[in-house]
Amino acid sequence: MQIDERVMDSQERIGFLLRTLYAGSGYSRYRMGKFEEYDLYSRNKDFLFSEGVITFTDTNGRLMALKPDVTLSIVKNTRDKAGELQKLYYHENVYRVASAEDGFREMTQVGVECMGDVDGPCVAEVLRLAAESLRACSEEYVLEISHLGLLGAFVDAIASNEKMRDELLQCVVEKNLHGIRRICAANGKSENAAEPLCRLLSLYGTPKSVMPKIRALAEDNGAAEYAEELSQAAAAFAGSEAESRIRIDFSASGDVKYYNGIAFKGFISGIPGSVLSGGQYDRLMRRMGRKDRAIGFAVFMNMLERLKEGGRTDD
Amino acid sequence: MINIALPKGRLGEKVYAMFEKAGFPCPALLENSRKLTFDNEEAGVRYFWVKPSDVAIYVERGAADLGVAGKDILMEYRPEVYELLDLNIGKCRMAVAAPEHFQDNPSRTLRVATKFSRVARDYYASCGRDIDIIHLNGSIEIAPILGLSDVIVDIVETGTTLRENHLEVIETIFPISARLIANKSGFKFKTAQIERLLEEMRKEVEEA
Repeated sequence: MQIDERVMDSQERIGFLLRTLYAGSGYSRYRMGKFEEYDLYSRNKDFLFSEGVITFTDTNGRLMALKPDVTLSIVKNTRDKAGELQKLYYHENVYRVASAEDGFREMTQVGVECMGDVDGPCVAEVLRLAAESLRACSEEYVLEISHLGLLGAFVDAIASNEKMRDELLQCVVEKNLHGIRRICAANGKSENAAEPLCRLLSLYGTPKSVMPKIRALAEDNGAAEYAEELSQAAAAFAGSEAESRIRIDFSASGDVKYYNGIAFKGFISGIPGSVLSGGQYDRLMRRMGRKDRAIGFAVFMNMLERLKEGGRTDD
Repeated sequence: MINIALPKGRLGEKVYAMFEKAGFPCPALLENSRKLTFDNEEAGVRYFWVKPSDVAIYVERGAADLGVAGKDILMEYRPEVYELLDLNIGKCRMAVAAPEHFQDNPSRTLRVATKFSRVARDYYASCGRDIDIIHLNGSIEIAPILGLSDVIVDIVETGTTLRENHLEVIETIFPISARLIANKSGFKFKTAQIERLLEEMRKEVEEA
C-alpha cells in the first residue's frame, strides 16, 4: 500500500518533503527524548526563542523541562569529532510560550545542524538547503542573509558599553535608523558617528546590487575580511534559480552571545513572520565546552499552517 | 497594493494628512461612511482605521503592511515589526508622576499605577527598585490621589491634568512620537512600493 498524499495536511506534506531533502543531502536523522534537564536551559536562557519553560520534577528528584529548543540538546548530546563533519537533521516538537496571552504551545520544528570543520563550502551547502527548504513550502520566498561579524564591527565602533551595544542591535533588527542616531546622540557621540552603521543597514537587496557597496563600506571601516565571507556565502547562489530570491539584509540578526558569522532568515509571501531562522553558532559551542564549529537552521512548521497547496495562504 | 493601518482619532487624521501630502491620497477616508477599508488603486494604497493600540497587532500579524503607532505602544507590546520612520508628530513623553513633594521611601515597595506595565517593570528593574504594579485601564491620575498607588507611570503631554490634580513629573522615561512601522514579511515582498512611500514620507517629515 502506498501513502496517499491527499490525507496529509500542508505541514505534514512539507515535513516529509524536508526530511527527504535533508536525507538526500547526506544528513542523518537525530531523534531525541521530549525532556531535558532544566539546567541546560537556565544556563542558556537568551538562546531560547521565548522566555518560559515547562518544568516538572522527575521521579529521582531532578528538575526536568519539556524541550523548548532542539539545537541545545543536539549540542549537549553530541561530541566533537576532529576533522569530521557531523550532518544531522531533526523533526521534533518543542514547547514554547507563543505570547503572554496564549501561554505555552506545542510547536513543530524541522531543521538541520552541521558540526565540525564548518568551512565556506559547508556554509554554502547549508544556505542552499535553507533556500531549498523555503522553495519546498512556496515558490514565493525570500532568504535574507547577513554577517554578524561585519555587523558587530560597525556596532562595536560606536558602542561605549554593553547597554549601548544591546540598544543598537535592537535598532538594527527593527531597521530603526532614527533610533540608532538618537542612541549615539544620547551617549555623547558625534553626529557622524552613527552614519557607517546606518549606511550598512540601508544596504539591503540582491547580492549583485548591494555587495559592491558593502565591500567598499567594510573596507573603509576595517571589516573587509567579513565582507568577503558574506560575499562568498551569497556566491553559493550565483547563476542558480534561487539567486533572485536572495537578499542581503543586516536586520536578519541573531544573539551575538551565541551566533557569529553568517546569519539568515526565510520568509514566504503571505506569512507574516519568518518561517526559517539559522546561522553559525560557534559561540554557543564554546559556551558549552565544544571545539567544533557549527551552523544550522530550523523551519517553524506551525507558521506554515495557513499555507495552501502551491504555496498560497488560506486568506 | 500596500495595506496601511491608521490609528483612529486626531493623531490618525494628522497622519493621513501626511500620507495625502506625500502623494498617497484617498479622500473617501475622511467622508462619513460605513465603509471599513478605503482604496486608491492608482496610488497603490488601502487604508483602514483601527484602535491606536491595535495598529501594531495588525501590522505584526500581516493584516497591514504598514501602520502608524506611538512609541509608547511599541515599547509596551514589543511587536516584531520594522520601525522605519519617526513621523515627529503626536509628541509627548512616558513619565513617572507623583503627588507634589513626594519623597520615595526605599525601605518600602513602591506602588506604581499604570496602563503600561511592561514599561514600568523594565524601568524600575533598570533602577533596581522593588515595585508593586497596579494595572489600570484609564484615569491613572486618580490612583495616587486616592492612595491606591505612590506614583504613576503614564503618558504626559502638556502636564495640565497632572498640575490640576497636584501631581508632578519626577522622571521622564522616554520621549514618544508616532512611528511608521512595517510588517517584516510584507516588507520583503513589497520592497519597492514601501520604499517609495517611505521616501516620500521622509521628505514630508523633513519639510514639516
